[in-house]
Amino acid sequence: MKKQYVLKKVLQSLVTIFFVIVFNYFLFRIMPGNPLAMIMRNPRASAEAIERTKELFGLGRPWYMQFFIYLGNLLEGDLGLSFIHKRPVIEVIWSRIMPTIIMVGLAQILSIVVGILMGVISAWKRGTKIDVIALSFSLVTYSVPTFWLGIILISVFSIGLRLFPTSGMLTPGRTFYDTVSMLKDYASHLFLPVLTLSLVLIGEYALTMRNTLLDVLTEDYMTTAKAKGFDDNYIIKKHAVPNAMLPMITLIAINMGLIIGGTIQVETIFSWPGLGRLMYEALNGRDYPLLQGIFLLITISVILANLIADITYSYLDPRVKS
Amino acid sequence: MELLRINNLKTYFNISSGTVKAVDDVSLTLDYGESLGLVGESGCGKTTTALSITQLLPSEGSIVSGEILLEGKNIVNLSDTEIKKVRWKEVSMIFQGAMNALNPVMRIGDQIAEAIILHEKLSYKDAIKRVEELFQLVELEPKRISNYPHEFSGGMKQRAMIAMALACNPKLIIGDEPTTALDVMVQAQILNLLDKLRKELNMGIILITHDLSILGETCDKIAVMYAGKIVETGYVEDIYNNNKHPYTYKLLSSFPNIHKERVMPDAIEGIPPDLINPPSGCRFHPRCPYAKDICGKEEPRMELANEGHYYACHFGGVYNEK
Ligand SMILES: Nc1ncnc2c1ncn2[C@@H]1O[C@H](COP(=O)(O)OP(=O)(O)OP(=O)(O)O)[C@@H](O)[C@H]1O
Ligand code: SF4
Ligand SMILES: [Mg+2]
Repeated sequence: MKKQYVLKKVLQSLVTIFFVIVFNYFLFRIMPGNPLAMIMRNPRASAEAIERTKELFGLGRPWYMQFFIYLGNLLEGDLGLSFIHKRPVIEVIWSRIMPTIIMVGLAQILSIVVGILMGVISAWKRGTKIDVIALSFSLVTYSVPTFWLGIILISVFSIGLRLFPTSGMLTPGRTFYDTVSMLKDYASHLFLPVLTLSLVLIGEYALTMRNTLLDVLTEDYMTTAKAKGFDDNYIIKKHAVPNAMLPMITLIAINMGLIIGGTIQVETIFSWPGLGRLMYEALNGRDYPLLQGIFLLITISVILANLIADITYSYLDPRVKS
Repeated sequence: MELLRINNLKTYFNISSGTVKAVDDVSLTLDYGESLGLVGESGCGKTTTALSITQLLPSEGSIVSGEILLEGKNIVNLSDTEIKKVRWKEVSMIFQGAMNALNPVMRIGDQIAEAIILHEKLSYKDAIKRVEELFQLVELEPKRISNYPHEFSGGMKQRAMIAMALACNPKLIIGDEPTTALDVMVQAQILNLLDKLRKELNMGIILITHDLSILGETCDKIAVMYAGKIVETGYVEDIYNNNKHPYTYKLLSSFPNIHKERVMPDAIEGIPPDLINPPSGCRFHPRCPYAKDICGKEEPRMELANEGHYYACHFGGVYNEK
């Protein structure tokens, strides 16, 4: 029964991905700006040079031919050539994907653990000083704009306290004689971007967890659990949290998907060489194939994240029908 | 020895608009194997009385004064740890399982087993074996212990709730509207089951309801509650055929009675009073058709009608005089 449900969800996701590909393709056809001019970057290019470039990037053919070629290539993992990098899009994306995954992954793990814990404590100690502090903290970090938070952290930790570097992934020009010192340098560059992203997410997770838990605590089955003679810790852990986690799963999954693209701000502020920054660069250079590739990756990751959420949910909530 | 004796219990809620005198000087007694029906309109304090017994009140509520003697031992001032041992082991409850009293994401068998493990210190395996026996006792298929609540019908959930209440062989079971929201047939089955089990296991039962008509066959005694006070109490016979309090009389005639000739149910006029500022004298006087001057000035005392039958009215049985 569960298998059927999973299969159905997987098929649904595949169909969605197909439509996304179609939509993604045509969206880029109707965007303004002449890609040819962008590739050439030379107003006095000869007619011959223009022709050759058109040929190289397949810009001369009719749109439907271009589309089928695109689809065929896509199946082979070929996303075309990047206009600005003059390299296959897939290679460009690949070289920038790890820094984002590491940063986002760390920030997610950190904020899930801290956020949920804070939410639980807040709800349980509702109305006490701890709750007020946690709640104000969450509200502030949740509502502050990411770039502003990033700049504040830079000015405090990098410029003021000189604890962490302001930008990049490794100190430029420095040679590393062993892995440990390189990892140390990497970690010190990673710290502030991860902190920025985590702070924003912690607020969101803590607030959501607190609210759902408060709702759950008023349910009748909480009174049943108390009437059975259990202590508060057990009731929270065994009865309240499993019920409150259900909405959290969805939220976490949505964030997982969105955040690959949503790191533009953080990556730009900290010059973190990940996908968010790559997208920013591609946007500036009107690099259609690259943008298209990134968009595709983002949408697919959103769809996959939702798929994972649906499947996890179906295992956590027995009420999900197959 | 008496199983339960409540002496002059007062349970109040402190809320911003004042003190709600939800239970105001309630006394009652219950013997082993005996069943008491607690009836009254919505908001008269039935649930609050029940929750006071094992200190399950919400944080705004507290027992102001009075004694609750369980097998002669006062349990009003028990510490947190001590009362937890009384809960479910000595006094268990049947909530409206048909509604939301069972945790939706936990297997029903596990919800029962956890109480057995807590109080009887059995292993999980032995506890589950006991759950299977309990399921047989309440006429549910033992293999359904691994179901989740949503896989049960309302009646089945109520049976599961009863199995849960019996899990640790309690001396007293309190059913708070255990059959509300069930259809009449199922309601009768559940009440019969409870009746049978009570006699077999020699437990005391308090059945809370606002429907006097269902108590005839399942209760030995009835206590009628109005605005935080018990206004009349006695054996079923006394209450049904020889009642002395106008409120009891009105309450009885507000339900169609299948044993007597058909009469139109006669709703009680007016609304239950505000328990922050209850009416002076007899709390029923603003709605009582037989009220005289004294009723608003002096609170009627409990009068003895006959053995075990008491009522609180200045003009007991006035409605029978021609
Ligand atoms: N948590 C609370 N805070 C404030 N007042 C409360 C609270 N719980 C109950 N009350 C009040 O106490 C009174 C008695 O409530 P209680 O739930 O005991 O009534 P009841 O007889 O069980 O009613 P019902 O038939 O609707 O279940 C009501 O007036 C109610 O408004
Ligand atoms: S005391 Fe008076 S008001 Fe109260 S029930 Fe009796 S007759 Fe009615
Ligand atoms: Mg109630």
